[in-house]
Amino acid sequence: MSDVTVEAMEGKVVTNQLPTGAIVGESPLHHSDLASIAEKGPQQGGVHFHERKLKGLLTLRCTPSVEQLSLIESLLGVALPMQPLTSVTADAISVRWMSPDEWLIIVDGEQAFELETRFQEKFSGHYALVNISGGTTIFEVSGSHVVDMLKKSTPVDLHASEFPVGKVVSTVFAKSGATICRLADEKFELVVRRSFADYLWLWIQDASREYGLVVKA
Amino acid sequence: MFHIYCPHCCEYREEEEFHASGQAHIPRPLDPDACTDKEWGEFMYFRANPRGIHHELWVHGAGCRKYFNITRNTHTYEILEVYKVGEKPSVVANEAK
Repeated sequence: MSDVTVEAMEGKVVTNQLPTGAIVGESPLHHSDLASIAEKGPQQGGVHFHERKLKGLLTLRCTPSVEQLSLIESLLGVALPMQPLTSVTADAISVRWMSPDEWLIIVDGEQAFELETRFQEKFSGHYALVNISGGTTIFEVSGSHVVDMLKKSTPVDLHASEFPVGKVVSTVFAKSGATICRLADEKFELVVRRSFADYLWLWIQDASREYGLVVKA
Repeated sequence: MFHIYCPHCCEYREEEEFHASGQAHIPRPLDPDACTDKEWGEFMYFRANPRGIHHELWVHGAGCRKYFNITRNTHTYEILEVYKVGEKPSVVANEAK
């Protein structure tokens, strides 16, 4: 426990989950050595794959009142997306609607502890804010055939008329699950479980084979 | 394959995202200690199995993970209505229970 910083505030305990010192954080796809594949592998293809590794992910659960909503906005810098299946993407922070009383907050890995501490200090009422960074990783898939690849993996309708930029869905993906957000016409973000990351990486390689897979560092 | 409307996500999704959780509207006895074995056994284990209109509890397990109710015709598989927990169904079978 010596590498862990704990700050206690009136019964709330916030733990910095990032190791300090000589311990280097490893993403769930560390063993795949994506950096080498990006350098030596194919540079052209229909599907581009990039792991946005070691991000800070926080789950917020509450049914916010009007005052709480404005406090959340001031703490996060962006307003909570209240409409179902919507999201907010800003430079340093993005927020995904997960269910009527649940949101996923994505920040840089180093900022999660700071945001969590600030939130627990200022926020009150009936709510829960949990750091889930350690259990998840984020894949970013893009390219001219990315929709074709995703169609093999999920039953969700991905046509632009049904799935516009900014929409976010939690759904089944391959034989696992993922939270899919459309970042651009041909760019998607998949938030996946850490334990399924390797399986989904293998799945995406297989599903992308006919289009050509390009790994981005 | 059902195409089910989730009242929390407000859109239709494939059945594989959902799980059926059995009969809806089963009130837990307010005072379990005062129940006879028969009353408690019926609350715990005995479920209606109608041919026709049936109210069921479903969960959007792979999506928003919320429970909601479906009124379904077990004969034709037609989904007649979807409504949130706590709401009353507007479509009910004609005959009394």
